Amino acid sequence: MENTIDIPQQKLTKKDFESDQLVRWCPGCGDYSILSAMTNALPQLNIPRENVVFISGIGCAARFPYYMNTYGFHTIHGRGPAVATGVKLANPKLSVWEIQGDGDAMAIGGNHFIHALRRNIDINIILFNNEIYGLTKGQYSPTSPTGLVTKSTPYGSIERPFHAAELVIGAQGTFYARTIDTNPKLMTEIFVHAAKHMGTSLVEVLQNCVIFNDDAHAAVTARENRDDFQLHVKHGQPLLFGKENKKGIRLNGLKLEVVTLGENGITEKDILVHDAHAEDPTLHLMLARMAPPHFPMALGVIREVRAKTYDEAIAEEREKITKNAKYHSVDDLLKSGETWEIK
Amino acid sequence: MDDTLVNGTKTTKELEKVVIRFAGDSGDGMQLTGSQFSFTSALWGNDLATFPDFPAEIRAPQGTVEGVSGFQVQIGKIDIYTPGDQADVLVAMNPAALKSNLQFARKGGNIIIDMDAFVDRNIEKAGFKTNPLEDGTLNDYNVVEAPISSLTKAALEGLQLDNKSIMRSKNMFALGMMYWLFDRSLKETEKYIEDKFRKTPALAEGNKRALNAGYHYAETIEALPARYKVPPASIEKGVYRHVSGNTATAWGLMAAAEKLGKQLFLGSYPITPASDILHELSRHKNLGVITMQAEDEIAAVCSAIGASYAGQVGVTTSSGPGIALKGEAIGLAVMAEVPLVVVDVQRGGPSTGLPTKTEQADINIAVYGRNSESPAIVIAASTPSNCFEFAYRAVKLAIEHMTPVILLTDGYLANGSEPWKFPKLADLPPIKINEPQKTNGTYHPYARNPETLARAWAVPGTTGLEHRIGGLEKQDLTGNVSYDPQNHEKMVRTRAEKVARVANYIPELERIGTGDGKLLVVGWGGTYGGLLTAVKELQQANKKIDFVHFNYINPLPKNTQQIFEKYDKILVCELNMGQFASLLRSKFPGLNILSYNKIQGQPFLVTELKEVFINHLKD
Repeated sequence: MENTIDIPQQKLTKKDFESDQLVRWCPGCGDYSILSAMTNALPQLNIPRENVVFISGIGCAARFPYYMNTYGFHTIHGRGPAVATGVKLANPKLSVWEIQGDGDAMAIGGNHFIHALRRNIDINIILFNNEIYGLTKGQYSPTSPTGLVTKSTPYGSIERPFHAAELVIGAQGTFYARTIDTNPKLMTEIFVHAAKHMGTSLVEVLQNCVIFNDDAHAAVTARENRDDFQLHVKHGQPLLFGKENKKGIRLNGLKLEVVTLGENGITEKDILVHDAHAEDPTLHLMLARMAPPHFPMALGVIREVRAKTYDEAIAEEREKITKNAKYHSVDDLLKSGETWEIK
Repeated sequence: MDDTLVNGTKTTKELEKVVIRFAGDSGDGMQLTGSQFSFTSALWGNDLATFPDFPAEIRAPQGTVEGVSGFQVQIGKIDIYTPGDQADVLVAMNPAALKSNLQFARKGGNIIIDMDAFVDRNIEKAGFKTNPLEDGTLNDYNVVEAPISSLTKAALEGLQLDNKSIMRSKNMFALGMMYWLFDRSLKETEKYIEDKFRKTPALAEGNKRALNAGYHYAETIEALPARYKVPPASIEKGVYRHVSGNTATAWGLMAAAEKLGKQLFLGSYPITPASDILHELSRHKNLGVITMQAEDEIAAVCSAIGASYAGQVGVTTSSGPGIALKGEAIGLAVMAEVPLVVVDVQRGGPSTGLPTKTEQADINIAVYGRNSESPAIVIAASTPSNCFEFAYRAVKLAIEHMTPVILLTDGYLANGSEPWKFPKLADLPPIKINEPQKTNGTYHPYARNPETLARAWAVPGTTGLEHRIGGLEKQDLTGNVSYDPQNHEKMVRTRAEKVARVANYIPELERIGTGDGKLLVVGWGGTYGGLLTAVKELQQANKKIDFVHFNYINPLPKNTQQIFEKYDKILVCELNMGQFASLLRSKFPGLNILSYNKIQGQPFLVTELKEVFINHLKD
């Protein structure tokens, strides 16, 4: 748009991205630390503030855009990825972030979620997974574990949960990372990483709902479990974890197993080296499925492959068609084909 | 057309107008035959209107009634507004075509059949118990039994063509016969054939031979003793082309985007009878069009809202079932006050209903079909070619008033076509964007234009205007989330008033008639041609009858009440149970608003309307 307002360009800080609105999540909600990690991450990207757009659907997480001093659009339940797709195609230079909860992304909006990933449009989806419906006050979600007692499952949930990573890989997603709300440093790092990825980036944040599903992720996030149940994966690095980094993941036949360096002749050579860039998602899926009590949970960028993005494909197609086009305006189009003159 | 043919002598008769219907198997090329006849007639100077009648099944078995494809065209030396009630000439390429199309033939009219196709197997397949050529079924018609298949075969002898290709040329034989009957030149169709089969000269030669053979056959046989002349109509000077409603809609949207210097973004999910808009727009990506075939109807409208929010022209196209799915998202666009164009090509319903048949029953869902107080601008095209104008206007209204616009067309307009004197982009009205005002600090996304009440279009990417919007109720001016009771009432009323004020920016209703009639006929949308023809014919017979037709449904034109007040009787004619009549009754209580309704998936017939009007004029 021509009617812009000149503001001197300066290095942006965390504060520049904080809006003037009172943040109204419950005290102790994991969303606060995600918001903070986001305002930490954005200045590192050197993207002008006016080019950043946050889109969301409905849910506690979906209030996120109001708290960002960028462009923001709080839309309707589950439809965020579809709105974000329109935004990105309308103006590909925008950095488009889409905020979803687990219900928004995988229940009511499941279709848009998988199709955004399939198209590989260059947006960043941050999935706040607390395995519960918060805003509607405590019903089970599509990621709630079987047996979870909630207001709508007083005898325990009888449904089987979705795992976000499986949907991402099933939809041929090109970027999947997992992080936790209790680790601000990791979140910030991953947000920056996701922003730089070309294509749909899906970041799953294991987020705690203090009111309706407190400690849902405690098996991974609790202080006493951190060392033994968190595996921070990095591309090109061996999959080691544990207090002294002595435990590792080995591929045994078609299965992963936890081994300990120095025991039964295990050396670092036996440990799987993480290849986030492998086209074949098989190992990514195996890593993403690891969970306590028998495995640590993998955190970090699990999959990151480059494929043509939807927005790139559209631009390429347009260039090709325009080169061979016989007309270049609507006037010419109307005159083309069979016309006749009445004199 | 005269009821009887003059036997024995070769005469030429002049007609004011005539209706011709081509019917055959879906593979027989009836659409092509019909459109060639139409094009040649347009070049000759006739006014005309056409309507294709496709089967709902994609490839129903050959020779069955389900597989019959028809094409009707009315040509005239007078103004033609509809494809005609009944065919004066029916061309039936097989028994199934005769079976399903006899209902559209006028008693006393001509039926031309390919008698080679009337063998026992085909007759039985079509569902006739006995041979209709022999059992008296066709006693009321002048039947021309032409051996079209065998004569086509003979004409194409010596060409290196397989039997299938030869049989595919028989439509050109039938077309040749029609060209003789109506004294038309073969030149344009020959040119078309040469162009179409440029790479296969044998096929070009075969089709041309069939066309000429048909022409000469018609000249020779006694069954067609008279030929007819439909002289040119007095048509406004200018350059014309044929256009269907769906194509005109697509082009109107493109024209608006080009006028704005913006891209056109279409989010759409395939649905009959709207898909052709998606197909047409998908061909023009070189003209700044982006089309996305979305994963569902909801994604289609939501991506369009996203595109509009980000500063391009966001459009979604669908039909009734899809519009039902889009309701919540349209409400979001109402609430957030972003421009959005929703095209609803209406079809028979409810539910899946009659996908390929026309109806006008989506006025309620368009005007009222969202939760809470959710006003949208609703407009309706009324001819195939003015779908262009109303698609253009839909974009103009959406952007100038920052709110969703629902454009209603229907299956009849979408697939019907007519000659169109197309405009130049330069002659189309300008579209004015509400540019955001500079601020010295915080930007107020819900500051309004005092006349229209529209907010500005502050799009992402603009420095200094960062702001947040959404579906939650917002504080006036700042757009911050607000649950304040007084503010909510103010905002609900403001959004309603904004749409109501659109009445200041749309044309007034035009009355057709002297104004001293006692009966006012009211129509809206796609029924225009039939209603106008019926009213005009009665006016010519000195009946006191007037007519108004609505293209603007919400808000209504400002002079509606003023016109209505003068009449004892207002008869609202629509292809539904009376939805527009109900709307008018609620707006103008106390007036004598009556309904005439038809819900058969078919347009009004002129004869039917005239009868209804005459009855109303009697009381």
